Amino acid sequence: MNDLYLIYKNMTRKPLRLFLTCFAIFIAFLIFGAVTSLKTALNSSVALSADNRLVVFNRINFTQSLPIAYFEKVAAVEGVENVTHLNWFGGYFQEPSRQIVTLAVDPESYLRVYQEVVIPENLKQAWLNNRQGALVGEKLAQIYGWKVGDRIPISSNIFTHKDGGYTWEFEVSGIFKGDTEQYDTRQMLIHYKYFMETQTFGDDWIGWMALTTKDPSLNEKVAKTIDDNFANSQSETDTSTEKSFNKAFIEQIGNIGLIIFSVVFTAFFTILIVVGNTMALAVRERTGEIAVLKTLGFSSQRIFRMVLSESLLIALIGGLSGLAAAWLLVEGVKTFLARFLPNLILDSHIAVQALLYMLLLGLITGLLPAFNALRLNIVSAFNRQ
Amino acid sequence: MSEDVLFQLKHVSKGFVKGKEKISIFDDLNMSIERGDFVAIMGPSGSGKTTLLNMLGGVDQPTGGEIWFDGTRIDSLSESALTRWRAENIGFIFQFYNLMPMLNAQRNVELPLLLTKLSKAQRRKNVETALALVGLSDRAKHMSSEMSGGQQQRVAIARAIVSDPKLILCDEPTGDLDRGTADEILEMLQLLNRDHGKTIVMVTHDPAAAKYAKRTLHLDKGQFVQREIVA
Ligand SMILES: Nc1ncnc2c1ncn2[C@@H]1O[C@H](COP(=O)(O)OP(=O)(O)OP(=O)(O)O)[C@@H](O)[C@H]1O
Ligand SMILES: [Mg+2]
Repeated sequence: MNDLYLIYKNMTRKPLRLFLTCFAIFIAFLIFGAVTSLKTALNSSVALSADNRLVVFNRINFTQSLPIAYFEKVAAVEGVENVTHLNWFGGYFQEPSRQIVTLAVDPESYLRVYQEVVIPENLKQAWLNNRQGALVGEKLAQIYGWKVGDRIPISSNIFTHKDGGYTWEFEVSGIFKGDTEQYDTRQMLIHYKYFMETQTFGDDWIGWMALTTKDPSLNEKVAKTIDDNFANSQSETDTSTEKSFNKAFIEQIGNIGLIIFSVVFTAFFTILIVVGNTMALAVRERTGEIAVLKTLGFSSQRIFRMVLSESLLIALIGGLSGLAAAWLLVEGVKTFLARFLPNLILDSHIAVQALLYMLLLGLITGLLPAFNALRLNIVSAFNRQ
Repeated sequence: MSEDVLFQLKHVSKGFVKGKEKISIFDDLNMSIERGDFVAIMGPSGSGKTTLLNMLGGVDQPTGGEIWFDGTRIDSLSESALTRWRAENIGFIFQFYNLMPMLNAQRNVELPLLLTKLSKAQRRKNVETALALVGLSDRAKHMSSEMSGGQQQRVAIARAIVSDPKLILCDEPTGDLDRGTADEILEMLQLLNRDHGKTIVMVTHDPAAAKYAKRTLHLDKGQFVQREIVA
């Protein structure tokens, strides 16, 4: 027998209470882990966007198309460095549940605007020269085991092939990497021209445009020039930096920062009170026993340590299992949310932060009861019995 | 001070402050207890028996005077030094046994040994010896809720002697037990005193219990009254 055994025995003497306390902490850290991962993923999608990249959408909303003629006009705006256009293909592989981010793009200009896409020169040329060719991101290729030269059938949940059916066949021309680990390579790129010729939805329209300015300081002026250009036309535009577009998209989902803060804060505060109260009660119930231990010769400091360890242990048991559950949850939904949140992950930063909060919770809830135990006067404790 | 004196109280006073009122329990208390003695302390309720025992055991301190134990003055020790002194020298037996409810008999007895540097094996041996001495070897794994009052008090006795203290202090050790069981417990204390040389101070209300002691001191109004009987 040692002090740890005594702590364990004290902790488990009311199993239901222990379970409920740990469960409350479990929930708190489940929320914390999941929500913080979500927040980090959202922030990183903003942080990852290039500073001098603008996106041009139809003013009505970002699913409405634009005329292809706009492309040349935007290219001519002063301050624009490179511009490209994109169409959302709505692709999936074999099963509608296996969604694949598939973009129909103008290959050469796309690669100029999205410098993050890294591809060996020979594969790049192979793609440019193959109308049916597709450039597949590394992670996507890994998921389905695709290699250069494979012919892959990709279906669309929006468009119909002019030969009937919803399925296109592409040839993997190359596999690209991102310039950084964070760049999401779970996507594929196909030729705009080939897409236009084989779908049945009319000609000469594009989904949206992306452009780089010669310098981020020009962003505002360029955006204004473009939108002014197309004002009062049939398709008015809305130009914003990629960063602010991503941010706006996030703000549409809700003011995540505030929600996260209030949820976590409320949960923590509630649990702090519940756990603190439980600990105080548990220790008060043991007043007589603590007095006996002191009488036998256990030092006040030792008893202080034992009570504090108990609350720390409870916080860690509940907290670590909650964090583990959050990790499982994040891993589980990661693939479903990949399109929106490519960087959804519960990383070591979050884990360390959670661990600090667990220790804090254990300390705060344990300090007062431990301090009371430390100061407990033997004579008056026995008089109260 | 004689070689044989274990405990000595010199001009001990003790009072409490209750609001504006000062309550004096002892004014000038003197006594000495020799090694190997078995003293019963009797007296009416509120006469200060428990307070005296608490001061002897170092859980309470006098307001004035000196308390000497085996050549050390204990009334001026710091709280942590007193705690260590208690662990080394005193075994406590309470009226309501005060066993830890979440520990079995064996672990309750082992508790004071956590304060020593004894090895695990040595600790187990001491626990076995103490439990055998109180006749509870077969109950080692029982929880206190599974034992009678008499058995719990025997576990408490085993706990009080396991670290081989010089002095055993008992406050109404049989106050919660029936006559027969009380006699068993008292015989056990007598045996510890006679055959194992333990010095014992026992507070009791019960004249029959006091008869097991070698002598009885009567406390009344903060003084020992001369009714000392040598058993
Ligand atoms: N912490 C305290 N504060 C104030 N007065 C106290 C305190 N402890 C004891 N007293 C008083 O001191 C007196 C002696 O108390 P003590 O407990 O020593 O009596 P006792 O002889 O053990 O009585 P009993 O036989 O009822 O156990 C009582 O009048 C009691 O009210
Ligand atoms: Mg008393």
